[in-house]
Amino acid sequence: MSIFLALLIGGLFGFVLDRIGATNPTVLGRMLALVNLGLMKAILLAIGLGSILMFAGQMIGLVDVGHMSVKTAYIGVFVGGLLLGTGWAIGGYCPGTGLAGAAGGRRDALYFIAGGLLGAAAYMVTYPSVKAMGLLEKIAGGKVTIGAVPGSGYDGLIGMRGDVLGILLGLAFVAVAFALPENPRKREAAPVAAE
Amino acid sequence: MTWNWKTGGIALGLAIFLAVLLVKPVGVSTQFVILDAIVADQLNPDLITRTDEGAWTSTNAYLAKGNGKYAKHAANPLNYSFVFVIALMVGAGISAWLRGGNGREDNRVPALWRANFGDAAWKRNLAAFAGGFIVLYGARLAGGCTSGHMMSGLMQTSLSGYIFTLGAFAAAIPVALMMYRKDAEQ
Repeated sequence: MSIFLALLIGGLFGFVLDRIGATNPTVLGRMLALVNLGLMKAILLAIGLGSILMFAGQMIGLVDVGHMSVKTAYIGVFVGGLLLGTGWAIGGYCPGTGLAGAAGGRRDALYFIAGGLLGAAAYMVTYPSVKAMGLLEKIAGGKVTIGAVPGSGYDGLIGMRGDVLGILLGLAFVAVAFALPENPRKREAAPVAAE
Repeated sequence: MTWNWKTGGIALGLAIFLAVLLVKPVGVSTQFVILDAIVADQLNPDLITRTDEGAWTSTNAYLAKGNGKYAKHAANPLNYSFVFVIALMVGAGISAWLRGGNGREDNRVPALWRANFGDAAWKRNLAAFAGGFIVLYGARLAGGCTSGHMMSGLMQTSLSGYIFTLGAFAAAIPVALMMYRKDAEQ
């Protein structure tokens, strides 16, 4: 059953990643260089919608709170984020879209995957020294959400109810998705061209 | 063809919701470690072992952490998370095939790269390789990637998701602004 669900959800996720253009380094590069934010708008809308459905589902008892899986917060999350962002811009892929891009026929994605396997192996080897540097010491309680979600077992950063806050933040993500301009640079140039 | 952002965003939102409804939030980058461990264990069968109590462990401290969770998954690749990533590739492959692919030229060197750095495939492949190395090293240090930290993390309002997203964009946007000065049609 779990393998069937893996095929179903993984297959759907990969299909959609390709359909939103995330598997195309040109779309990704234009997003990160703030030329075309269509992909960013899609991702923000997805996160917002996912949040609203998940937290509302929990409140009416449709979604098992136990399915949540919150990762630990530590300094390395930020440092690793900086590294990932750098490689994301240079390589044009993140781990999921690299695999998806290769499956869609992109040759450079195969090199990205090879580099990725070597990078992951390098982390496996250097893990003891990373740990010794204190980069993995948890901050702000580690596995925390912004507000405590009832029944999740995770602490909240602030006193507000986590599921209510989750829906509000979800709505905020949707609002930002709609508010962001699709072509921020062209919009500035447009009135000049019209004169 | 590629969907517009509204259709795409709704479809992606439903996909990541379905994941947490039925099983658990989506995540990808751990499986690079699992594949490494599967290959390394073939070359050195002493890498992944079992204790007398039957628990999985490894001579590598990273694979052994968390009660040998990664060692266990590498020893049994037919688990949800690994099959999820294989299926992700199948799904993306089907989508690309149905929309007629990316074209031979774009598969060799993507348009934006070509506009800025020329047509030589080796340059592009070198950048993709280096990018892949940095991305996966960073993802493992962070404990997740764009899927696990950004999509799943922000969806769940987890603090780590916000920290990761801040770091990723703080680096990615300046690097992209410096690298991709010339535009290209997507």
